[in-house]
Amino acid sequence: MSAIAGELSGLRSHRAAQAKSFALLFVLCLPALVPLAAVLTAMLTPETEIWAHLARHVLPGVLGNTLVLVVGVSLATAVLGTGLAWLTATCDFPARRFFEWALLLPLAVPSYVLAFIAVGFLDYAGPLQSWLREVFGSSSWVPPIRSTGGVICVLTLSLYPYVYLLARSAFLTQGRRAQEAARTLGMSAFKAFWRVVLPLARPWIVAGTALVAMETLADFGAVSVFNYDTFTTAIYRAWFGMFSIDAALELAAVLLAFVLVVFVLERRSRAKLRFTTTRDVSHRAPRVELRGGRAFAAAAVAALIFALGFLLPLLQLAVWAITRARMDFDARYVGFLWHSLLLASSAALIIAAASLVVAYMERRHSSLALRTLVRGATMGYAIPGTVLAVGILVPIIGLNNLLQDLLARWFGDAAPSVLLQSTLLTVLLAYFARFLAVGFNPIESGLNRITPRIDEAAMSLGVGGVGLLRRVHAPLLRTSLVSAAILVFVDVMKEMPITLIARPFGWDTLAVRVFEMTSEGEWERAALPALVIVLVGLIPAALLTRRGEHVA
Amino acid sequence: MWLELKDVVRRFGRLSAVNGLSFELERGAIGCLLGPSGCGKTTALRCIAGFEPIDEGTIRAQDRVLSRPGSVLPPEERRVGMVFQDFALFPHLTVEENVAFGIAHLARDARRRRIDELLEVVGLAHRRSQYPHQLSGGEQQRVALARALAPQPDIVLLDEPFSSLDVELRERLSVQVRCVLKQLGATALLVTHDQQEAFAVADVVGVMRDGKLEQWDTPYELYHRPATRFVADFIGQGAFLVGEVVSPTQVRTELGIVQLNSAGTWRIGQRVDLLLRPDDVIHDDNSTLTAEICARVFRGAEFLYTLRLASGAEILALVPSHHDHAIGERIGIRLEPDHVVAFERSEP
Repeated sequence: MSAIAGELSGLRSHRAAQAKSFALLFVLCLPALVPLAAVLTAMLTPETEIWAHLARHVLPGVLGNTLVLVVGVSLATAVLGTGLAWLTATCDFPARRFFEWALLLPLAVPSYVLAFIAVGFLDYAGPLQSWLREVFGSSSWVPPIRSTGGVICVLTLSLYPYVYLLARSAFLTQGRRAQEAARTLGMSAFKAFWRVVLPLARPWIVAGTALVAMETLADFGAVSVFNYDTFTTAIYRAWFGMFSIDAALELAAVLLAFVLVVFVLERRSRAKLRFTTTRDVSHRAPRVELRGGRAFAAAAVAALIFALGFLLPLLQLAVWAITRARMDFDARYVGFLWHSLLLASSAALIIAAASLVVAYMERRHSSLALRTLVRGATMGYAIPGTVLAVGILVPIIGLNNLLQDLLARWFGDAAPSVLLQSTLLTVLLAYFARFLAVGFNPIESGLNRITPRIDEAAMSLGVGGVGLLRRVHAPLLRTSLVSAAILVFVDVMKEMPITLIARPFGWDTLAVRVFEMTSEGEWERAALPALVIVLVGLIPAALLTRRGEHVA
Repeated sequence: MWLELKDVVRRFGRLSAVNGLSFELERGAIGCLLGPSGCGKTTALRCIAGFEPIDEGTIRAQDRVLSRPGSVLPPEERRVGMVFQDFALFPHLTVEENVAFGIAHLARDARRRRIDELLEVVGLAHRRSQYPHQLSGGEQQRVALARALAPQPDIVLLDEPFSSLDVELRERLSVQVRCVLKQLGATALLVTHDQQEAFAVADVVGVMRDGKLEQWDTPYELYHRPATRFVADFIGQGAFLVGEVVSPTQVRTELGIVQLNSAGTWRIGQRVDLLLRPDDVIHDDNSTLTAEICARVFRGAEFLYTLRLASGAEILALVPSHHDHAIGERIGIRLEPDHVVAFERSEP
């Protein structure tokens, strides 16, 4: 009997291992789940007094502004992104190969940078209108840039690449079968585009547009440059202006409701992507060769968008940065840069490591509960930074006060004072929640490329657990890990609202500096930190185009 | 016993992929689970490797319990090697490093000797510093085999090891694999749906159906003495001919009286099906029995004719290929069966 017991001691329970990874994953989910819970609680227990105030003074303007902005930007990016994608994916015109990737470059310019350049350049006191007045005596016929139309234009120029990227891959992977079938059934090329090509690409276009809508809802920097009130700016003002945590939470709850609608829309259209992919990628349709006026028009449109979205803003930025550099570049700049680099690299390291752990556990013990948790942990990317920051700060402040009370009870007046909310921990937690998906996706897809047979081969050779990770997965995943870390690094460098709301006092980063300068209308002084952010942002754009060439 | 499975059951939801599987394998023997796709043979292999838990029964190796319901010795502690269908070589490691993967615990010299020995046996000593993607399919397969054998596992499992190779290569490699396994004295279990492979590599073959073994026997016995109608159908070609039992060892058919090898538990007068292999039917111009050719397949050295008898029953005959007859012709035949197996009539 004891012999059997001895034999069995080597046997292990499958369940225990699964429970352990479930618990670990749950902890990793907390940064994303806690703010959601905090905001949802606020939604379910509205403070009537605050609601009455918000409903009377804040909501009407903010609600209308946000809706107009989201609808306007979504429609404009859908048309612009799809049109450009169709031109570069199915037609041929001068410099087409250049524009294919150049049209992605606006991704490197954060929308708040584009916004302050546009306002600085086109405003009444800006170089354009000053020049017009000098030459023609008047510039009153120029439409004001600080207007609804202005915000929509700027956000469209900055966000259309999301639609462009997805629609392009739709057109490229469609192959020519469907088009050919339509032509043999008697449709003209033009009719085939409307009846076959476009409907087939619709799930991609909808998914891209949904991403744009989410980014628009989350945008804080660009709308504050325009003084255009939306939910994000209202939350910020409630937090810092009214010092009303509850008002900020209530507003965050309403914004979250909007985001969830778009999120569901995006998920549903993504689910359709799979079914509409045709497999004849190798038989790519020959490009329609545009000639004469049409070729010129196509190249001109592409060039115009590239110039407005990337080239001219970058030039203006460089000019301002150079003229102001000598005056502005001082010891404080080293501080901003250091803060940005420190935050971005620690977030990149933490998130890349956590993503690896999460992706790894999902692979080892895949179950419905586990996959749901992973979904939950990576959902933070859809939640606007303002909502996340407020949603994380509120529970932390609560925890802090609780601790302080306990300490006061134990030590009386001698109690040390704690200030959890003004530590880097809060910022990093919020980054973690928001950017886990950014690091997780490349690592997960890298891990998916390693077949389960490889794991099993290693295990049958006596190598499991940490050894498997170290000797097989880590070397195979190196590229994915590096690109995950770079993507997170760049996103954190650009990040504005979380840093602004949750940073410890005095911990200014480049993005915070941009915000402070632009809110004082000092466009030229915002140029230097913005230029650094844009240059760093070019790294993933380069990665993206390189990968794009790989696929094409 | 070296490897022993006893009443092993593995369920996926309501489906029992493995449903009461029992067999034993001696040390140094090469076994094979053979069956159509979906019969549970790969699941059985994965249970032995420890990748799947089991719901009932036990799996033991050298009287050590590997699996029982609720607890499983992890794969890395089982001393069970595996060669995968897609080989699953580590793409970031060279041939040599792949083989060395499972023996990192050995001292440097011992490790080197082991690698040298294995690469010599599989004939890849000259490719040791190349990467998997630089090798042909057959070479990758031999690396996978060497890698699995390197830690001297108690048992090596091979999951459809030839299915991703082209047909010509398969035959040559299956002989080579058997040589390597025998040379190193390894105990192995192979899973395949291809009987040629099974016969070429294995000492004992188990025919599986619906998660159970129909028969566990040598290839010769499986072919000539199938235990069930399913095995008779699945292994080799053949046709069933109706007969009537006239004595405990004799059956009367329309082709004459046929002697059974062993007395069955048949009643006199009972109607049975006799299994006739194509090589049991001999072409004989002097025979008074004739049959009409209704289909023919040219196989190079011989023709495989499908013959229709007077009653309308069809049998198969393997005839040397210089006897070239057209469809519709009648040829003389006689029966010369070595082993005759009778089955109860399936329909009245």
